[in-house]
Amino acid sequence: MKKNSKLTNFYLALMIIITYIPIVITVVYSFNESKISTIWSGISLKWYEELFRDRDMKEALRNSLVLAFFCCSLSAIIGTLGAVGMSKVKTKANHVIEYLATIPIMIPEIILGMVFLAVFSLLSIPFGMTTLVIAHTSFCIPYVLLNVKARLAGMDGSLEEAARDLGAGRFRAFIDIVLPLITPAILSGVLLSFAMSFDDVVISIFVTGPKVNILPVKIYTKIKTGVTPEINALATVLLAATVLLLFLSGWIGRRAGRFENKEDGNEERN
Amino acid sequence: MTMKKRKNKSIYLMLVPIYAFTIIFVLFPILYMILLSFLSKAEVWGVVKEVTLDNYKKITEPLYIKTFLDSIKLAAISTGFVVLLGYPFGYFMAKLSKKWKRRMMELIMVPFWTSGLMRLYGWIIVFRSNGTLDQILMGLHITKSPLKLLYSYEAVVVGMIYALMPFMVLSVYSSAEKMDWTLVEAARDLGATKFKAFITITLKQTMPGLLSGVILTFVPSMGMFFVADLLGGNKIVLVGSVIQEQLTKGRNLPFAAAMSVVLMLLTTMLISLYKRVTGSGEMEGLV
Repeated sequence: MKKNSKLTNFYLALMIIITYIPIVITVVYSFNESKISTIWSGISLKWYEELFRDRDMKEALRNSLVLAFFCCSLSAIIGTLGAVGMSKVKTKANHVIEYLATIPIMIPEIILGMVFLAVFSLLSIPFGMTTLVIAHTSFCIPYVLLNVKARLAGMDGSLEEAARDLGAGRFRAFIDIVLPLITPAILSGVLLSFAMSFDDVVISIFVTGPKVNILPVKIYTKIKTGVTPEINALATVLLAATVLLLFLSGWIGRRAGRFENKEDGNEERN
Repeated sequence: MTMKKRKNKSIYLMLVPIYAFTIIFVLFPILYMILLSFLSKAEVWGVVKEVTLDNYKKITEPLYIKTFLDSIKLAAISTGFVVLLGYPFGYFMAKLSKKWKRRMMELIMVPFWTSGLMRLYGWIIVFRSNGTLDQILMGLHITKSPLKLLYSYEAVVVGMIYALMPFMVLSVYSSAEKMDWTLVEAARDLGATKFKAFITITLKQTMPGLLSGVILTFVPSMGMFFVADLLGGNKIVLVGSVIQEQLTKGRNLPFAAAMSVVLMLLTTMLISLYKRVTGSGEMEGLV
């Protein structure tokens, strides 16, 4: 395999730079003293102070975290059980259910928002945290389901058989052999779910209640009404949290992957 | 025999949550949406329980046909740019050394994981009148007056490309990663030009990733009303915006449902076309 030329590496670098332009600008202006973001009038932390004083914002953040926690846990359980169950019981219905279960990430979000709005009104479930959790879980399940399914397909089935032959019960073999092997897949599915839930505006707008404030919806309405430096400060804080989280997950992933890498360390052929 | 039966039962239990959730919260809502689309709006609130095709007739009105065409046009333009810019990116990324691959992946993942809204917000600062771009261009004496890029079609396209690019890059990358490079070498050894080797070998092998990237770009772009909303002002009306308006302002649930059904048909057709062409059920790069 040939290495990239200078030109192609330049292209990669250029694209990355363009990707970071709006992010860097947002961060830089979060430290701007002036309220008008086109004028630079010195470094200041006052927008951060304002952000941390903002009670609405804090409540929105808390609600978003609670929502993400519930929908991630639910989709982790439902998705993992589903993927494992489907790999054991092979029926035609599985294909149908799998197809249906992945619909929420296959269709434009707006349809899902509209559909849930209609159904929750029909069933007269009060709009609020419950409806948010249900809606978010629906589009988070596919990430866990597909991730775990892919992992199971690539897994060495003989390990579980060996455990069973050596006298482990089905449950024991699952806990001791299968679960540790699919944990990275579950975690990466959950991580994706978290990001999707934390970021979702379109569906949330339709299913949130008048009393429940969540971060993406709050940001959306704020941006719509105009640019305020407080949003820059919030964006910077969220960015820092993201970088930290990615760093942590990368670190955990590398630690977890150590065992596997030893086995197929010859994979790299550059 | 009895033991086997007992075992199987506990396995069936594992399937209960996903079957129940999917049937109650995915299948039923979609069926209900289809039903709704054949009803009509009641005078004040709710729906009249009488089957009618009025909503679908309304969609064929020039105004709504235009909305659909505009949405498809914007999605197609955005997807086109995403292919042009993202395919090479994913392809070249797969050729990097393992260390740089990881670094690149991290560099892509950071913006991908930060809030999509926040990233759009950055572009608002760049594009707005007298914003960063204007200041740079005017400072360099390239332009004399503000370009007024915010609330323009171009701004929306940039926002779309920016939001959807990672999907293409990751899909193409995961395809190119699995590629058998020795085939390219073989083709070159047998006298194929670089271009011919690319078309016959590389493109063919990365096609699943490319197509999956196209779907992952095209489908969401049909419904991303907030990009058009924030970067395009109210000038650009998309199917997503119409559905949202019908729900919030018009309170016309049945018409919004009919629009959604048509939009859903369009996207499922695309996805099944993808599955037919690639012969696989999975989307490359999604997992």
